[in-house]
Amino acid sequence: MENGKDKELLELKEVTIRFAGDSGDGMQLTGSQFSDNTAWVGNDLNTLPDYPAEIRAPAGTIYGVSGFQLHFSSDDIHTPGDQPDVLVAMNPAALKKNLSELKSGGMIIVNSDSFDAKNLSLANYSSNPLEDGSLKGFQVFQVPITSMTSRALEGIKLTPKEVARTKNFFALGLMYWLFNRPLDTTINWIHQKFAKKPEYVQANERALKAGYDFGDNTEIFTSRFAVSPANLPAGVYRNISGNEATALGFLTASIKSGLPLFLGSYPITPASEILQYLSEYKNFGVKTFQAEDEIAGITTAIGASFAGNLAITNTSGPGLSLKSEALGLAIMTELPLVVIDVQRGGPSTGLPTKTEQADLLQAAFGRNGEAPLCVLAARTPSHCFDMALESARIALKFMTPVILLTDGYIANGSEPWKLPKMDELPEIPVKFVTDSEGYYPYNRNENLVRPWAIPGTPNLEHRIGGLEKSNIYGNVSYDPENHDQMIRIRKQKIQNIQNDIPDLEIEGDLDAEVLVAGWGGTYGAIKEAVTKARAKGYKIAQVHFNYICPFPKNTGDVLKRYKKVLIPEINLGQLAYMIRSEFLIDVIQYNLVRGLPLRVSGILDKILEVAGGNNGK
Amino acid sequence: MESKTEVKEFNYTAKDFASDQDVRWCPGCGDYSILAQVQRTFPEIINKPKENIVWVSGIGCSSRFPYYMNTYGFHGIHGRATAIATGVKVANPNLDVWVATGDGDLLSIGGNHFIHTCRKNVDIKIILFNNRIYGLTKGQYSPTSLKGQVTKTTPYGSVDYPFNPPKLALGAEATFIARSIDRNAKHLQEMIKRAGLHKGTAFLEVFQNCNIFNDGAFDLLTDKETKDDHVIELKHGEPLVFGKNKDKGIRLEGFNPVIVDLTTGHYSVNDLWIHDEFDPSPARASIIMSFDERADFPTPIGIFRQIFKETCDEGITRQINEVKKKKGEGDLKQVLYSGNIWEVK
Repeated sequence: MENGKDKELLELKEVTIRFAGDSGDGMQLTGSQFSDNTAWVGNDLNTLPDYPAEIRAPAGTIYGVSGFQLHFSSDDIHTPGDQPDVLVAMNPAALKKNLSELKSGGMIIVNSDSFDAKNLSLANYSSNPLEDGSLKGFQVFQVPITSMTSRALEGIKLTPKEVARTKNFFALGLMYWLFNRPLDTTINWIHQKFAKKPEYVQANERALKAGYDFGDNTEIFTSRFAVSPANLPAGVYRNISGNEATALGFLTASIKSGLPLFLGSYPITPASEILQYLSEYKNFGVKTFQAEDEIAGITTAIGASFAGNLAITNTSGPGLSLKSEALGLAIMTELPLVVIDVQRGGPSTGLPTKTEQADLLQAAFGRNGEAPLCVLAARTPSHCFDMALESARIALKFMTPVILLTDGYIANGSEPWKLPKMDELPEIPVKFVTDSEGYYPYNRNENLVRPWAIPGTPNLEHRIGGLEKSNIYGNVSYDPENHDQMIRIRKQKIQNIQNDIPDLEIEGDLDAEVLVAGWGGTYGAIKEAVTKARAKGYKIAQVHFNYICPFPKNTGDVLKRYKKVLIPEINLGQLAYMIRSEFLIDVIQYNLVRGLPLRVSGILDKILEVAGGNNGK
Repeated sequence: MESKTEVKEFNYTAKDFASDQDVRWCPGCGDYSILAQVQRTFPEIINKPKENIVWVSGIGCSSRFPYYMNTYGFHGIHGRATAIATGVKVANPNLDVWVATGDGDLLSIGGNHFIHTCRKNVDIKIILFNNRIYGLTKGQYSPTSLKGQVTKTTPYGSVDYPFNPPKLALGAEATFIARSIDRNAKHLQEMIKRAGLHKGTAFLEVFQNCNIFNDGAFDLLTDKETKDDHVIELKHGEPLVFGKNKDKGIRLEGFNPVIVDLTTGHYSVNDLWIHDEFDPSPARASIIMSFDERADFPTPIGIFRQIFKETCDEGITRQINEVKKKKGEGDLKQVLYSGNIWEVK
């Protein structure tokens, strides 16, 4: 395909695009195709799928609008971008819902065919914004996407509905043209996806090319844009979402530990994809068990752990609540188990498809009795892979449940992932007890970890359960002193994990006055805000917690080194609460709980406010 | 009726299955009998080393059972025994997994797990200790307590209808459904054997007397004077006969079971309903299960129905093998390095 000959090619450093349309318009697909393509051409990128909980809300309505934002750059980036530069709006509702977020002077590409009386009224427009001058100040490009698509598909045997469904590929093709992209990644995908339906292959491919050619051949666009490949560290890359990275992390942990992987799971947004991905890997012997409910998800996993599998269960906040009692059982029986909580907006059903960080206290403390366990958090989509491996390693080494916190944003969002070399993957040694000499169920090693003897091992028959057991021997015990001792042992065992995890790493200025501390999916936004503040001449340090229960060993020392500690979180201050109570230092909070990732600009403003005038400069 | 037992390679005795823990049920509790019959029966049905046996339980008096068996044991949390057992079995299909549970544990808080275990035909053996009362919490009514039953939480009598556990199991497609009585040691042993030899979800309800909170609940079925007229023992291939002098029989007329007198000369045993344990249709089993809901009908014990179909773990293993055959043994590098990958030099 020839590049637009007479059109100017403008070089940009970074661009943020938002695709928006009806829930049924395929915006998530369009966005993820554009992301894969962006990764493939070598840009750094970060994405934010943002869709309603309703699968197909009434077409044309504002609450049915589904969006996908992606930010790509020739530079190192960490967020999906605060505000889009380009908005692709497939209908009036999509325009209405997203216009206020668009940068002033930004580009709007609309499907002009959809701006009819009915859709305008569904979107609560009293006059057509394409005609009434209300879009002044933006560059508006009206493209008759629906009609151009059906013209392109003439002669293919499809129903009008099926034809209409391919219009997102037209839009995608046009965006590929606009950003000077090859079509190969998407054409390959279409061929794979619809291998059994040749008419779909033909239709989608033709729509894609028609969109591309439209940009090339019409006079509407006078220039196109190019973003050079980012200067990423050498290596082999792929684009990855957090949920897929999590699934791959546990698959890898299974191979590295030599234990079969068992996933007990109940579908829940936004965690279900982990079950979907892992159910593909049957040829690795992975056993995925879709249980009748969240409780069966975790209790089947506990049974599988007792039997010697690497057992995990995945869920989101409401499911974690349901699993609480069983988590206590895993703590009491001291069995390895990983619970992945892909956090979403709460409480209750809350905002199922939106992101939040408000399950931290539930993860750390939400059980009856003194019930300590290990809590880890992943910071970016690809980091989910590392933390999945790490949570499995800790669970197996310390015979404990581990909660791995991710969130809707990093679970669905994606970024380029530098693939690990196979020989660099960590080994996860596991040893079952086989010798009955000196075996007792609650005997302990130097880390206070009890031995793992699995059914099928001769002469090691033993009974465990939720009732308090005598230390070492493991018989049911109501002895007051024993209970006190066991409570302390369980606590100390979790504390001992501190000796097995890396110290907090300080980024930015070691000698700053202000330290910005975070955890989980806010990493990217905090990092960009800190980078921007430092570029303005402020001295700012940053730490980000991968390990929260227990905190890394040097946490107290690091926190106390700084005069001011600022903690941005998508909750009302849960890490702040834990830090205050554990380290007796005050912290400054920055909290916004909108169901969306924190914006760089908001954090930056807060950093500057905290640093104060010239303070820290 | 004698079941075929496999050739015994392992000379276990009942003692081999007793743990070193003191049994702490109330003196006179029906649970003792169930434990004794299990320990007596196991040497006859266990055809693998005993380290491959796992007992799982939930919460309640019956759920202390695993502590008293010298096998692997897991005392779970309330209602979740069948789910935990499912995890054990799926994780390692070589294990023989048994569940000890009660009417509250299995049918109230654990009802959901129970029906789905049956539906999936998970190869575990479930022994329901049904005493129609909450014993461990000291006497509240349970989902099998009778309508009108006076308990601590139903001082004016229960207004709820009870579950008929075999019917629930049948509706949920359990592949082996049987009932026995704690005091009928010989019958109970036979039922435990048959459950143990079944491949698939085996559900065995045992009427168990709680002599503290619901004493005498099954007296009619166990007292010498009354039991023959109130219990009918189901035997495969044999007519439905009961009564002290084997003088009563049951015929099936249309969908209706009818009690007939065998002494009047109108009917002989040849006119009676012949029990077929392996009946592919669940309809007749369902009618038998409803006997005790009809006036004057005896309570059936024995095997209501047994069918065979792929078990949950067999299905999982089969699929793993099929996918391996189709896609080849999993290659981690291939999976990690898949999709649109690119190299930065």
